[in-house]
Amino acid sequence: MRFPGTPIGPLDYHRRLPLRLILISSLIFLYLPILTLVAFSFNDSRRNIVWHGFTLKYYQKAFADSELMLAFGNSLSIALFSTLISTVLGTMAGYLLWRFRFGGKTALEGTLAMPIVIPEICMGVAMMAFVARIGWPQDLPWPLNLSAITAAHIAFCFPFAAIVIRARMESFNRQLAEAARDLGATEFQTFRDVVAPHMKPGIVAGALLGFTLSLDDFVITFFTSGPNSITFPVKIYSMVRFSVTPEVNAASTILIILTVALTAIALRIQRRYPIAGV
Amino acid sequence: MASQISQDTIIRIEGVSKKFGRLQAVDNVSMEIKRGEFFALVGPSGCGKTTLLRLLAGFETPDAGRILIEGRDMTGVTANHRPVNMLFQSYAIFPHMNVETNVSYGLKIARRPRDEIMARTEEALGLVKLSGYEKSHPDELSGGQRQRVALARALVMRPAVLLLDEPLSALDAKLREAMQLEMVHLQKTVGITFLIVTHDQSEALSMAGRIAVMHQGSVRQIAPPGELYEAPNCRFVADFIGKINLFEGTARPADQPGRVRVHTEKLGILELQGDAEGSVTLAVRPEKIIISHEPGGLEGQISLHGTVMDIAYFGGHSKLFIDIGAGQPLMAEITNSNRNGGPRVAPGDRVRCGWRAVDTLLLTE
Ligand SMILES: Nc1ncnc2c1ncn2[C@@H]1O[C@H](COP(=O)(O)OP(=O)(O)O)[C@@H](O)[C@H]1O
Ligand SMILES: [Mg+2]
Repeated sequence: MRFPGTPIGPLDYHRRLPLRLILISSLIFLYLPILTLVAFSFNDSRRNIVWHGFTLKYYQKAFADSELMLAFGNSLSIALFSTLISTVLGTMAGYLLWRFRFGGKTALEGTLAMPIVIPEICMGVAMMAFVARIGWPQDLPWPLNLSAITAAHIAFCFPFAAIVIRARMESFNRQLAEAARDLGATEFQTFRDVVAPHMKPGIVAGALLGFTLSLDDFVITFFTSGPNSITFPVKIYSMVRFSVTPEVNAASTILIILTVALTAIALRIQRRYPIAGV
Repeated sequence: MASQISQDTIIRIEGVSKKFGRLQAVDNVSMEIKRGEFFALVGPSGCGKTTLLRLLAGFETPDAGRILIEGRDMTGVTANHRPVNMLFQSYAIFPHMNVETNVSYGLKIARRPRDEIMARTEEALGLVKLSGYEKSHPDELSGGQRQRVALARALVMRPAVLLLDEPLSALDAKLREAMQLEMVHLQKTVGITFLIVTHDQSEALSMAGRIAVMHQGSVRQIAPPGELYEAPNCRFVADFIGKINLFEGTARPADQPGRVRVHTEKLGILELQGDAEGSVTLAVRPEKIIISHEPGGLEGQISLHGTVMDIAYFGGHSKLFIDIGAGQPLMAEITNSNRNGGPRVAPGDRVRCGWRAVDTLLLTE
């Protein structure tokens, strides 16, 4: 292959053949399966092999599937509640770690990251054992039937929120908080008027992160869900066990769109607030 | 004790110490600051100036001693309840609030009536010449303007004392000089006591009515600028404030009472006013030295001979570095008072450097 114009500079990695090949194959392996899934959700054929024409009927079918919709509702409720609680907890933990010096702070920061590094399967098994051991009631009316899963989701979402918010506080100029105190503000007023506005992008990012993590979590949820508390990913899994139908494709596409949209919002919010520590 | 504090003492620091780990940041400092005074705290970087200021503002608690502001013991009083305000080194303008909201923040916290908040905010912005910038955002302002916002935000509170931590260090030389004058003027206008911290001794000399020189956590001398310059009480202050020539020597009491004989290697034996015994330092400021080409000294003068090594030209004056044998060259200053005249000196010239014995400082510490 010949490149027209200037010779390849030492840093023009993207113009060298081997690197181009690696880049292209990574993109193919990453995105082609997803694109196929999305495309075949619109395919007018029961089998996912040949393109037969465009249709929306599998979306209609998916939306008409009351079990699938119930699972979708469950997932949204769990994500909403666990996000709310884990964001509050994460904000408090992030503030605590920034504001105070205390014994065992390093240990606490380390422990905080544990749910992130522990293999999800272990978390799942542990949660299942825990729920069974304390005899968490199983057949409660909606939404209490989701409480065990929600608790499990809070446990693994909250560290993400705490870490994002803690990281955000690194760029906070402590003199801002002192200036507020100096002008007569109480500890709470200082938090409300000066610290929280700086934290906000971190809080939003932490919340969106938690929401997407909770929404598409399978492993931990699988171990904590009972027969009357099926979530969307768990439901899709059970559908796939029989065959990959276009309904599954349609349902998955909806999940993808939701997750991508939320991630995009999170990124936008983070970009709108650079490190701004005037 | 409290009854002895005079009416015009606004801050009284009594034996305050502060340690960070094993580092003694502030070491048994005692001083009094008078109402309406422009007081400067000066010293090299890391000598504990900021720490002392933070102790006054309530951001640090002393390990020992106590602080009284307007006669009230500040022990246990948190920063938000102290009648002082601080101008932070980083200005600490709230980045998500505009100029007006920044300046009125303290008054809102104090729940002042709306009209009063508006009026006082406007007045404060006028004082710092920022009228018309009410709706500006901090990131649209220059460094100097941000500092004015910080100044207005503190002044609007009408504190008993305004604490300023290196307020001018981030400005460029020209702006700094203008701001020095403006600060002095502003202080006179508002009548608030200013306590300014700086590592720049010339800044302290030009602005303050009284100066405390700090070194390694303790205060070495508190005096008006002139006294600090002409009568430093120790070698550290003499060397830190302005430029000075130092000569090591040993002192013995002279026959006459109140006078000492000091022997130094360079200057020989001198008899001076004072009272000392053992190792001492003699000091003379560069501008006290008179340079001439004629040999021979005058009565009551100390004379040295040397060779001019370097001349640094500063426009209004020039600095000469004169080799007088071993050790540091002698620094002398000459005023370029005539366009065409004056003592014509050139590098390599043999010159006589003389100064009056009364201009010699005897330092025992
Ligand atoms: N919070 C702190 N923790 C530990 N050491 C500190 C702290 N604040 C200041 N110091 C140390 O105390 C000494 C005095 O600091 P500071 O008061 O800031 O000096 P200055 O303002 O005169 O430059 C310095 O050696 C500094 O490193
Ligand atoms: Mg300092």
